Amino acid sequence: MPVDFNFMVGGEAGQGVQSVGFLLAKVFTRGGYHVFADQDYESRVRGGHNFFRIRVKDSRVGTIAEPVDLLVALNRESIDLHRKELASGGIAIFDVDKIRDISTGGELFGIPLERLAEEKAGDKVMANTVALGAALALVGYDLNILNAALVEHFGKGDIGDSNIAAAKAGYDYAQSEYKADFRKLKPVSETKRMLLTGNEAISLAAIAAGCKFMSAYPMTPASSIMEYMAAKSKELDLVMVHAEDEIAAINMAIGAAYAGVRAMTATSGSGLCLMVEGMGLAGITETPVVIIDAQRPGPAVGLPTRTEQGDLQFVLHTHHGDFPRAVLAPANVEDAFWVTVRAFNWADKYQLPVIILTDQHLASSYATVDPFDLSQVTIDRGLLFSDQEDDPSKYRRHRVTQSGISPRAFPGLGRALVVTDCDEHDEEGHLTEDAEERTQQVQKRLRKLFSLKQEISAPWHYGPKKAETTLIGWGSTYGAIHEAVDMLRREGASVNMLHLNELWPFLAEAVTDAVSKAHSSYVIENNATGQLASLIKAETGHDVSGRILKYDGRPFTPAYIAEAVRKEGC
Amino acid sequence: MVELSDYAGLKPAWCPGCGNFGILRALNRALVELEIEPHQVLLVSGIGQAGKLPHYTRGNVFNSLHGRPVPPAIGAKIANPDLVVIAISGDGDGYGEGGNHFIHAARRNHDITYLVHNNQVYGLTKGQASPTSDLGFVTKTTPDGAASPLNPVALAIVCGASFVSRSFAGDIDHLSHVIKEGITHRGFALIDILQPCPSFNHKNTFQWYRERVYKLEDESGYDPGDRKVALERAQEWGERIPIGIIFRKELPVYEEQLPALSKGPLVRQENIPARVEKLLTEFM
Repeated sequence: MPVDFNFMVGGEAGQGVQSVGFLLAKVFTRGGYHVFADQDYESRVRGGHNFFRIRVKDSRVGTIAEPVDLLVALNRESIDLHRKELASGGIAIFDVDKIRDISTGGELFGIPLERLAEEKAGDKVMANTVALGAALALVGYDLNILNAALVEHFGKGDIGDSNIAAAKAGYDYAQSEYKADFRKLKPVSETKRMLLTGNEAISLAAIAAGCKFMSAYPMTPASSIMEYMAAKSKELDLVMVHAEDEIAAINMAIGAAYAGVRAMTATSGSGLCLMVEGMGLAGITETPVVIIDAQRPGPAVGLPTRTEQGDLQFVLHTHHGDFPRAVLAPANVEDAFWVTVRAFNWADKYQLPVIILTDQHLASSYATVDPFDLSQVTIDRGLLFSDQEDDPSKYRRHRVTQSGISPRAFPGLGRALVVTDCDEHDEEGHLTEDAEERTQQVQKRLRKLFSLKQEISAPWHYGPKKAETTLIGWGSTYGAIHEAVDMLRREGASVNMLHLNELWPFLAEAVTDAVSKAHSSYVIENNATGQLASLIKAETGHDVSGRILKYDGRPFTPAYIAEAVRKEGC
Repeated sequence: MVELSDYAGLKPAWCPGCGNFGILRALNRALVELEIEPHQVLLVSGIGQAGKLPHYTRGNVFNSLHGRPVPPAIGAKIANPDLVVIAISGDGDGYGEGGNHFIHAARRNHDITYLVHNNQVYGLTKGQASPTSDLGFVTKTTPDGAASPLNPVALAIVCGASFVSRSFAGDIDHLSHVIKEGITHRGFALIDILQPCPSFNHKNTFQWYRERVYKLEDESGYDPGDRKVALERAQEWGERIPIGIIFRKELPVYEEQLPALSKGPLVRQENIPARVEKLLTEFM
C-alpha cells in the first residue's frame, strides 16, 4: 500500500514547533521518503498558535493534504483546534500532566512530556524533543536517523546529547505505553535527496548562477534569502548588504550590476512598493537586476506571515512608462532553483529587471528534491564590449541595434567610458530631449522583448491532452492543482491542467489554445480577483469560465480545489 | 600624464553665473592633480542642476534617480573598489529626498566621496525652498518663510562620517584642495559646497558668502580630529561660516570589512562551481 502520511506539530511560538517540524521532515527525507512540509505561523515571536504540517510519501509530493494522521500537540490549543482534522485511526500526542481536563478518546495518547524531559534530559524545555521521539516510536521509525539529525541541529556536546536523551525518553515511553496498532513507516531507501525551502533553492541558484551581490531589507517571507546569502558571504566570496530601506536595497543592487557583477534583491509586497522607482531606473538604464517578490497578503502590511498571489498585476505594471521586464513564477522548490538561474541569464542578456514571484507558501515550505545537477547551470552574461576588438573611445552604452541589445562594458575594467542616465539619453548615455533620439531609445528597449519572448517556455500541461475542464494556475499552486486533477480524474471527471511559471512576456498562443480547446476553464488563484484571468483576457481576448479563488492567507489543498471544481458542476 | 583637456565634457546647460561652474572646474582640477584618468572614475549623480555635472566632464557616469545617487555609488564601489567613486548631489536631492541614504552611508563609512552642491534652494524645479534654505526664506512653496534649516555638516558628524568638510564654489583653489582630500580619504567623505544660485537665491549670493566664509586651515590649533570641537564648529552659521575640513578621523571602512573583497574586486572574481556543490550536500 502506498505511503501517504501526515504529521502536524502545533504549539505556540517559542515552544519549538519549527524544530520538531523541520526534524521530522529531515528524518523522513533521510529514510528515502518524499516530503512536503509547510509552516503556518503568526506574526509574533512568543505565544499565538503555530503549526507545521509534514506530509510523507513514498512517491513524489508537491502539496499539503488533509487529514492529519499524527498530531503532536505541544499545547492545549493545538488539540482543540486540530483534533477534528484527525484521520480515522489518527492519534494526537500531548502532555498528559499539563492537559488534564480533556475528554479522552482512543485518538488521544498522553505522555508526560515535560516530566520526561526534566527527568531524562535535565530540562523541561526539551519537551518538544520528547514528543518528537514519541512520534517516531509510534510509526516505528529508526531512532538513529533522528539522533544524527539532532546532533546536526543542536550541535555536538551537551545540548545535542540532552536532546538525544530526551528523544530516547519519548521513544521508549511510547514504545512501552502505546498498546494499540498504528501505521508503521520504515526507512524505504538510501536515495539522497535534498530537503529545502523555496527561499533556500533561490539562494543556492543565485550563488550557482554567479550572483555576487545582494542588498535587501528584511521582510517576511523574503528575509531568509538575505540571511542565507549573508551566512555564506565569507565562504563563497559574496557581499550581502543589509540596506537602510528597500529603496536603497534596489538602488545598491543596480549600482553593483552596472559595475559588472550579478546582483539581486528580495522583498515582499510593500517592500516592492518602495522599489518601484528603482525598477524603472533599471529599465531605462538597461541594468540587469533580479528582484525576488515573495508575496504575502496585502494591501499594505496585510497578513505578514501568510500567503497570497496578489502581486501579479502589480509586478506586470510596476513603474510608469513603457519598458521591458520579465516575470517568472516558480511552480515549486525545484523549479525555483532553475527559474532563478534563468532569471540571471535573462537579466544579463536582455539588460532589464527580472522579477521572480514566489509567495510565503513556496518561500517557507520544505520539499524534497533530487540534488540539483549543477552541470546544467549555464551562465550567459549576454553581449559584452571588448576593448581588444573595438575602439573604446567610440563606445556607446545605448547603441541602437536591431535586436535592441547594446553590448555592455563595465566601468574601470577597460578604457571605455560607460555612461548611462535615468533621463532619456542618447546612444552615448548623455541626457537628451531630442524627439528622434527619444523614439529610437524607447523602441530599442522594447525590441528586446521580441527575442526574450522566444525564450519563454510553453506552460506546463498535465492530464489528458483534451479534457472537458481545464484548470489554469500559476506559481506555487502547482502541486495542489496537480493532485486535485488526479483526485477528480479518479472520480471519472475529464480534467487537465495548464500551469504558467513564465508569465511575462506572455505566450498568448499557448494559453489561447488551451482555453479554446476545453469546454470550460477555471483559474485557480490565491487572490481575490483572479489576476491571471485578467491577464489572459487582456492578452488573448478569452474569458475563462470561472475563477476559483482563495484569499484567506492560507494555501490551497487538493481537496479544497477538487471540491470547488465539483461545485462548479464539472 | 592626465590633463584638463581629458576632462572636457559636453557644454553645460546651467544658467550664466551659476555656482556649479566653479564646482565643475574644481572637480576637474582635483582629478587631474591626483592623476586619475577618466576611465578610473565613476560619477554617480542624482537629479537637480547638480545631477547634470557628470555629463559636463568625462568619466564613467551613472546619472541616477532623484535623491538616490548614494546607494548605486555604494553598490558600484563594492562591486569594484578600484573605481574612484564620487557621488554628486544637491541639497534637495541629497538632504531632502535622499536623507536616509546620507545618514546611513555616513554611519557605515562607505569609501565614497560625496559632493553636495548646496545652494539652499531648488534650481531645476525653479525656486522652491530646500532643506537648507535659511529660516524665513520666502519662496513659492514657503510664502510664510522656510522652516528651520537642516545642518548637513553637523548631521554628518553625528552620524559617524569619517570626513566632513565644507567649501565654497567661489573659491576654486580651496574647493579643489578639499575635493582632493576627500577623494584620498579612506571612508565616507562629505563635501558640502556653498553654491550661489543667481536665478533663485538672491539672498545667499557670491557676495554674501564671501563676506562670511573663513578657512579653518588658517586657524592655528584647529584640530579636525576632535569630534566635540568639530561639532561645535559645525553649528557656526550666520556672520561667520567656517569652510575647510571640519572633521576627519580614520575609522573602519565598510568595504575593508567585507571578507569577499580581500580577494580583489568582486567584478574580477570567477565563479567556482565546486563550492556550490558542497552547499548542496548541506541540505541532504
